[in-house]
Amino acid sequence: MATIETAGIVKRFGAVEALSGVDLVVERGELFGLIGPDGGGKSTLLRVLATLIPADSGKVVIEGLDAGRDYREIRSLVGYMPSRFSLYPDLTVEENLKLFAALFRVPAGDNYSLAGGILEHLLPFRKRRAAALSGGMKQKLALCCALVHEPSVLLLDEPTTGIDPVSRDELWRILGRLKRRGVAIVVSTPYMDEARLCDRVALVMQGRFLDAGTPGEIVERHGRETWAARADGMSRLLVDLRSSPLVESCHAFGDQHHVTPSPGASIERLREEMTARGHRVEIREIVPGIEDCFIRVASAHTA
Amino acid sequence: MKAIETEALTKRFGNFTAVDSISFDVKRGEIFGFLGANGAGKTTAMRVLCGLSKPTSGRAIVAGHDVAARPERVKRRIGYMSQRFSLYEGLKVWENIRLYAGIYGARSADIRERSDALLRELDFEEGRDKLVRSLPTGWKQKLAFSVAIFHEPEIVFLDEPTGGVDPVARRQFWELIYKAADRGITVFVTTHYMDEAEYCDRVSIMVDGKIAALDSPRGLKEQFRATTMDEVFRILARGDDARAL
Repeated sequence: MATIETAGIVKRFGAVEALSGVDLVVERGELFGLIGPDGGGKSTLLRVLATLIPADSGKVVIEGLDAGRDYREIRSLVGYMPSRFSLYPDLTVEENLKLFAALFRVPAGDNYSLAGGILEHLLPFRKRRAAALSGGMKQKLALCCALVHEPSVLLLDEPTTGIDPVSRDELWRILGRLKRRGVAIVVSTPYMDEARLCDRVALVMQGRFLDAGTPGEIVERHGRETWAARADGMSRLLVDLRSSPLVESCHAFGDQHHVTPSPGASIERLREEMTARGHRVEIREIVPGIEDCFIRVASAHTA
Repeated sequence: MKAIETEALTKRFGNFTAVDSISFDVKRGEIFGFLGANGAGKTTAMRVLCGLSKPTSGRAIVAGHDVAARPERVKRRIGYMSQRFSLYEGLKVWENIRLYAGIYGARSADIRERSDALLRELDFEEGRDKLVRSLPTGWKQKLAFSVAIFHEPEIVFLDEPTGGVDPVARRQFWELIYKAADRGITVFVTTHYMDEAEYCDRVSIMVDGKIAALDSPRGLKEQFRATTMDEVFRILARGDDARAL
């Protein structure tokens, strides 16, 4: 039996269909990522899984329990971290932890086995008000609070938004540890480098899963031939690449531009064309990543 | 003339030094990336530069005015947008534009015409009567940015404008930043996306209240023998999170 099993979840808000038939299976010890454009349905799905809002139709089963009927039991098995910081800012770190422990009727000790490593980071600040913590620390505290009752399912809505790269690494190391302890984790993220760290990811768009699979499978199915281009004037290069008939699409990727070539185009011909337009350009073929696939799929569906 | 000039700018809260004697310049029309770990002092420094918080010592001239002596003059000549608060969720798109334009002293005759132009430029005319609450994050942020530069400020301060924004919307947002910079608006921006650091003309990285490095992305990569800005950031900002507090 899978830890999370859903079939055909539909959720409407007035005239808007936020979820239009989502099928999701997450196994014990699996880290499942949700990526997709803003407004695609990621947060709604997480809230349905957390039993905070009921689905209009479809099946949601968590640890063999039905979300419509057994939501009370499910809540004691699920840890949920919403995207907005939702702890009590005026309470200290320690008070927040005690409050969550009390709400879930578990002892308020320091030895929550799941939260173990994170708690150590927090202890030096136990008397500090939550509002006065740095962004990374706030997220660690929120994660600790979501773990006080040792849930077997962890639902995280953009836990790393607003968090610097070093703290992000730390949070993902913690998720890796929880996964090895058997926790089933569903996490949404706008960072495509994080999608690579998931066992499987789903592209969530317009209320449904456009595709789901391992990061490798996603790239295999949606990746196209991709070239990386670099020159001195990058913003001018972007404009010129986009206007070239040899280029189907082109997007900025940090210090290079990623080009999807038109059928039949070659690197040599594009290099000649860009040189003729005055660029000292360097172009080479690269292996596309999840972010390339995301942009391709998202653009195709919103165009 | 420089858009921003600071000299030993310092901000303390009690015995905690949030901004520790920073000195740097931002050129006019430049896109300046202001990076640092959570808790390194970025937001505090930005608040001082916007005239929202008085420096404890040192000096900052922003858009030609001293932030300590003339904070109101500074505020009138800058735009500001943060990730957390940008627009009124319960107001419609056009109501937000009218409100902000009015606050910045635009004449009501101009507001209608220019807000139509703004929506046209964003290709968002059909969104005019929508409640801001109903918009996806990416649209909210693009709109908030357009509103923040509606009064043609000399400098716009952007505090994590693309936090939580998807890859496609992030790129669209940066195209707006480029357009503003082309019009001569200086852009001062914080971000946790290291690919966005590459889009800046120059980048500073703050560590423990101090500016630990400042150069073009290429210069920083050479200096730290790194291949990406992500590596540069990690080299400078590693150290335990406890210290970053």
